[in-house]
Amino acid sequence: MPAVHGGERRWEAEAAPGMAAARPLALLVLLVLGPGGWGFADPPRDSLREELVITPLPSGDVAATFQFRTRWDSELQREGVSHYRLFPKALGQLISKYSLRELHLSFTQGFWRTRYWGPPFLQAPSGAELWVWFQDTVTDVDKSWKELSNVLSGIFCASLNFIDSTNTVIPTASFKPLGLANDTDHYFLRYAVLPREVVCTENLTPWKKLLPCSSKAGLSVLLKADRLFHTSYHSQAVHIRPVCRNAHCTSISWELRQTLSVVFDAFITGQGKKDWSLFRMFSRTLTEPCPLASESRVYVDITSYNQDNETLEVNPLPTTTYQDVILGTRKTYAVYDLHDTAIINNSRNLNLQLKWKKPPENGYIHYQPAQDRLQPHLLEMLIQLPANSVTKVSIQFERALLKWTEYTPDPNHGFYVSPSVLSALVPSMVAAKPVDWEESPLFNSLFPVSDGSNYFVRLYTEPLLVNLPTPDFSMPYNVICLTCTVVAVCYGSFYNLLTRTFRIEEPSTGGLAKRLANLIRRARGVPPL
Amino acid sequence: MWASFICWWTQDQAEQFFRSGHTNNWAVLVCTSRFWFNYRHVANTLSVYRSVKRLGIPDSHIVLMLADDMACNPRNPKPATVFSHKNMELNVYGDDVEVDYRSYEVTVENFLRVLTGRIPPSTPRSKRLLSDDRSNILIYMTGHGGNGFLKFQDSEEITNIELADAFEQMWQKRRYNELLFIIDTCQGASMYERFYSPNIMALASSQVGEDSLSHQPDPAIGVHLMDRYTFYVLEFLEEINPDSQTNMNDLFQVCPKSLCVSTPGHRTDLFQRDPKNVLITDFFGSVRKVEITTETISLQRDSGIMESSHEEGQRDEELMEPLKYAEQLPVAQIIHQKPKLKDWHPPGGFILGLWALIIMVFFKTYGIKHMKFIF
Repeated sequence: MPAVHGGERRWEAEAAPGMAAARPLALLVLLVLGPGGWGFADPPRDSLREELVITPLPSGDVAATFQFRTRWDSELQREGVSHYRLFPKALGQLISKYSLRELHLSFTQGFWRTRYWGPPFLQAPSGAELWVWFQDTVTDVDKSWKELSNVLSGIFCASLNFIDSTNTVIPTASFKPLGLANDTDHYFLRYAVLPREVVCTENLTPWKKLLPCSSKAGLSVLLKADRLFHTSYHSQAVHIRPVCRNAHCTSISWELRQTLSVVFDAFITGQGKKDWSLFRMFSRTLTEPCPLASESRVYVDITSYNQDNETLEVNPLPTTTYQDVILGTRKTYAVYDLHDTAIINNSRNLNLQLKWKKPPENGYIHYQPAQDRLQPHLLEMLIQLPANSVTKVSIQFERALLKWTEYTPDPNHGFYVSPSVLSALVPSMVAAKPVDWEESPLFNSLFPVSDGSNYFVRLYTEPLLVNLPTPDFSMPYNVICLTCTVVAVCYGSFYNLLTRTFRIEEPSTGGLAKRLANLIRRARGVPPL
Repeated sequence: MWASFICWWTQDQAEQFFRSGHTNNWAVLVCTSRFWFNYRHVANTLSVYRSVKRLGIPDSHIVLMLADDMACNPRNPKPATVFSHKNMELNVYGDDVEVDYRSYEVTVENFLRVLTGRIPPSTPRSKRLLSDDRSNILIYMTGHGGNGFLKFQDSEEITNIELADAFEQMWQKRRYNELLFIIDTCQGASMYERFYSPNIMALASSQVGEDSLSHQPDPAIGVHLMDRYTFYVLEFLEEINPDSQTNMNDLFQVCPKSLCVSTPGHRTDLFQRDPKNVLITDFFGSVRKVEITTETISLQRDSGIMESSHEEGQRDEELMEPLKYAEQLPVAQIIHQKPKLKDWHPPGGFILGLWALIIMVFFKTYGIKHMKFIF
């Protein structure tokens, strides 16, 4: 019998056998007081489900997606709700104070490479993204939006306070509500992205603190920052929306989903091997489910690995599998339920291991980079081509500037890159017999043949003519001419002006030749010299 | 004789009780440098953060400002870590860090607003310095500085006069009981020269005209990890625990010239108590005076707080019709929706004035007789 009223405390404390007779009377009194007097609330109806999905990706990497979903059967719009159990109080107060209908906030570092990794469950843009649907009772949506982004920046230690009218939009056609919605007047929707926002441990810490089991039990023990940020892609998000409470959908429950997706790189974290285990990914193993969770499961995607020849071995063997059409294709998942005590057996922990039975296909790569003026690039690759397919191999290179003495006399012609070589072993349609070189014609004995099922061929591509940036070689001559002219005209004249001195010279009195000349001139009538 | 001894002992206890008049502790830790090669400034700030948290000050009483992100920087070979010792011995970033002002938010304006309390009303609680007149505040700043200024993020600076004025504002608003100011920059002593408010004690890593030097680089990370002064302060603080009786005179002796190359300085003339009576934990820890009592208090259970939504929820269930989820891409509806008309605003005063001027000039020039053709 729970002690409820202050008045009843004294009665509870002295529970002597003699009071047993008085108890029915006291009970009657309590019932008379009526349900209005009940101070003890009903057990709160909220539930937690946690799940982890491990997906080996085609490129050898592995993706892990955590989802923690708290569903609360309550009407948060009414004031007076002060009893929070699994649903975090920080977010519950936000919903009631700012009259939110939906909130979606994500922090992402990296980019999901759909071409190599396949389609994602839920992608988010790099940086921080926040989009919110407000209830239609809100009068000043912009003011609520500004205050909400400030409050969220304090909760998640992010610079969300930089969200203002310069980076907020009101989408008119997309971002429809993901939860229950009667009408969608886009006036109550706001969307903003901060691409410069960095995600680091200080954003993960408050995100973890919102979880009911924090990082102490269940799947959240795997969330260690030093492993989660050493990844090619890291995205954590918070999604709040109203959902149907039951199949008839007559009342609303609030759903909070916290998702975290990471992609571990095969080369950086896996040291080049494609074998993965929980310990290698997170440096931890699972020991128990979260006691507050009603479901705690790990799913491993084993779809494509049952069909091909090479099989993915999952250890320990799953007891159940789950098959469904996900994102348009049929997929199979191995299911590990942490509530099932057989999973976490006498070794007291669960360390899922994914091992490949056959070595990977890609055979051999040898690359020797160039050294300036010493040796060229060399790239050799052994590839197994699938039938009826087209494979493209491309290499990017940059063009550099040469020293001016290294150019040919006709540099605008371009520079040649040597052709690529393709050496292939092609399967023959008709089996060939081994030939005796002396007896067969010469055209059949170019290449030695080991067995008749395939033949060897060596093909070459065209050479590549590359235009390098060419300087203007006439410029040195032009510069020399111009400089010399300027020096001669300007400096030379100045030098002459400064250093030339003038002297007066006496004319010479002359000699015999001059007197003779004067005689002749007098005779002519011309003035004398 | 015993009586006099006991009398002296209780008097000493009483004196100890009144040694410091503070009831709560706050810390404002600022790193002002951006870019990867200033890794050591972030490591400096984080090592003080770590010590302060270890000695008891909670995150809600620490305002941590880091001007750049080193832990998750793409150049960091070990993501989510910031090391203070080479060979990666001590990760000062930890697993439980809460950075209040990060990246572009670390500006002179925000710093001064935090100190003086003049913050916009929508600032969240974790970004405020909610100190009162019984708070002891530790302010630690590090970065690049010069004679009389400290550089913020390579784009602006704060002068020692501005800082002194900010502290005076804090004193006049009764926002601190005692303040300890530590700065680790080049020519750091110039920053505390201009203080004039009471109850401030200041420490700096170098005198005017001297440079503060960095400690040791790590070959794997490729940058210098810590500055010398803060490195030795961290070593000193690692020995302190919440019940240490070490006082400020020991902190003044940390990092002599032989280790630090620069000469650390300190200023105590504005401080009312003798530094030898000031415990390290008065500023770096959150040691409160606690009086244990054996009285019992009986509490009345408040029956007003109850979850009344249960009954109302039941009533609602009968009234509401079934709800449905929205269609994510209703193509027909999108194509046929009308674009939202922008709210019409009347033209502003400037436009009206301009048009009035044009019309007036026109009629003055060409005469009033043209009016009948216009209107």
